[in-house]
Amino acid sequence: MRKPALEFRDVSFSYGGKKPVLDRLNMTIYDREFITIVGASGSGKSTMFRLITGLEIQSGGSILINGETHENRHGKVGYMPQQDLLMPWRTVMDNATLPLELGGVSKKEAKNRILPLLDEFGLSGVENKYPAELSGGMKQRVSFLRSVLTGSNVLLLDEPFSALDAITRLSMQEWLLDQWEKREKTILFITHDVNEALFLSDRIFVFQDTPVHTLQEVVVPLGRPRSLRNLNDPAVLRWKDELIEQLRSGVPL
Amino acid sequence: MKNYLPAAGLVVVLLLIWEFTARSIDLLFILPTPSGVAWKVWELREVLVFEHLPSTLSIILIGLFISIVLGVGLAVWMNMSKTAERAFYPIIISSQMIPTIALAPIFIMWFGYSIWSKVVVTVLITFFPITVSTFDGLKSSSKELRELLLTMGAGKKDIFFKLQVPSAKPYFYSGLKVAVTLSVIGAAIGEWLGSQAGLGYFSRRMMTQFDGAAVFAPIVLLSAVGIVLFVIVKVLEHKSLKWRKTE
Repeated sequence: MRKPALEFRDVSFSYGGKKPVLDRLNMTIYDREFITIVGASGSGKSTMFRLITGLEIQSGGSILINGETHENRHGKVGYMPQQDLLMPWRTVMDNATLPLELGGVSKKEAKNRILPLLDEFGLSGVENKYPAELSGGMKQRVSFLRSVLTGSNVLLLDEPFSALDAITRLSMQEWLLDQWEKREKTILFITHDVNEALFLSDRIFVFQDTPVHTLQEVVVPLGRPRSLRNLNDPAVLRWKDELIEQLRSGVPL
Repeated sequence: MKNYLPAAGLVVVLLLIWEFTARSIDLLFILPTPSGVAWKVWELREVLVFEHLPSTLSIILIGLFISIVLGVGLAVWMNMSKTAERAFYPIIISSQMIPTIALAPIFIMWFGYSIWSKVVVTVLITFFPITVSTFDGLKSSSKELRELLLTMGAGKKDIFFKLQVPSAKPYFYSGLKVAVTLSVIGAAIGEWLGSQAGLGYFSRRMMTQFDGAAVFAPIVLLSAVGIVLFVIVKVLEHKSLKWRKTE
């Protein structure tokens, strides 16, 4: 058995005494897994990310990152938000160096570490440009590079491709899988898109009703490496219908 | 440069109208012609530029410097401490209801004809735009970016220097642009009320001598000072906010 990268043990949480969002939730994610989380808006997906990153503190239970609990979880995982959230006043290079700077690495050393990565992230030649000069896909790659450079093996990606056009989105998905394998990361990926979930992940967690007590889990019946054509396998199509059905039942009309 | 052509054209037209009106009324000691004013500037160039300009300019620059130090300092303090914000912010805003200029005679009484009475007037009217714009700028930083920095393990100091300061810069420059134009007014009015040198003082003295053109001549120079200061701030802004061109 692989070792767990992220564990929830009886985690409960509510925002300021309101209706609980999580209720004694248990969950284990193993090292180098790719997990997607699907669910209707307001089903607690983003709350889970806020708990893992330490922006919110659970009211009960414990959250373990690489087998350890932390008093303060800030800086323990890499987080890539929905909007790219690049600093408009920093160049691509300076945006990427940010997590290294915060970790006390000198600017020069940070640049030396990033230079060889630029090519792989499709960013060579634009390192001195400002975010406003980049395309949507490029901005997301900078944002992903920045989260990778936090140095954590656990990356949380919150609907990172939702703002991209369909074609860019497909190539970003393939690129992300490449990077995930090469960099040996554990990824948690929130999405609304069932196709995206099936294509990318090992397991899919479905968030349904709050408070979330148990997660419904789907093991994606596809090997790796995969191509987009695999999404037409009968087994996958069955799951797709099933998932869409479940998500729809969670949406009040 | 082309963009300024309509404005330049309009100025020329207005000056021509002024010129002809003044000539037809023919009371040059009260209503001088623009050409008369220009001639006066040339005639008085040595007195104006070497005697009176330095004294006005030093009031403006010292006043602006003090305003920037105090204004930015107070803005940072209010940003760090909720108590300081609650204590100072309402006072700063309501202090603008006081006609500061009307207080100028008091400062002349306190500080006499020295440079400091004029500096205080200048500081009082330039302090507000700098403080408020810097403070609003510090507060304007994005909450999402702040949270992102936190998830990267940033401390308070990191958030201040890497997020709040860069977010506040455009606001600071806007405040400074307002402040430099006000500083010229502050210095000139201070000089009217009590001074032995300076462009404002000179203009007022010429008024008592019914020399219309000589009243206007130092004002031409004051306007030039305002414009030059504004352009300097604009250039500084451009240099330190290069990224904004790309947006």
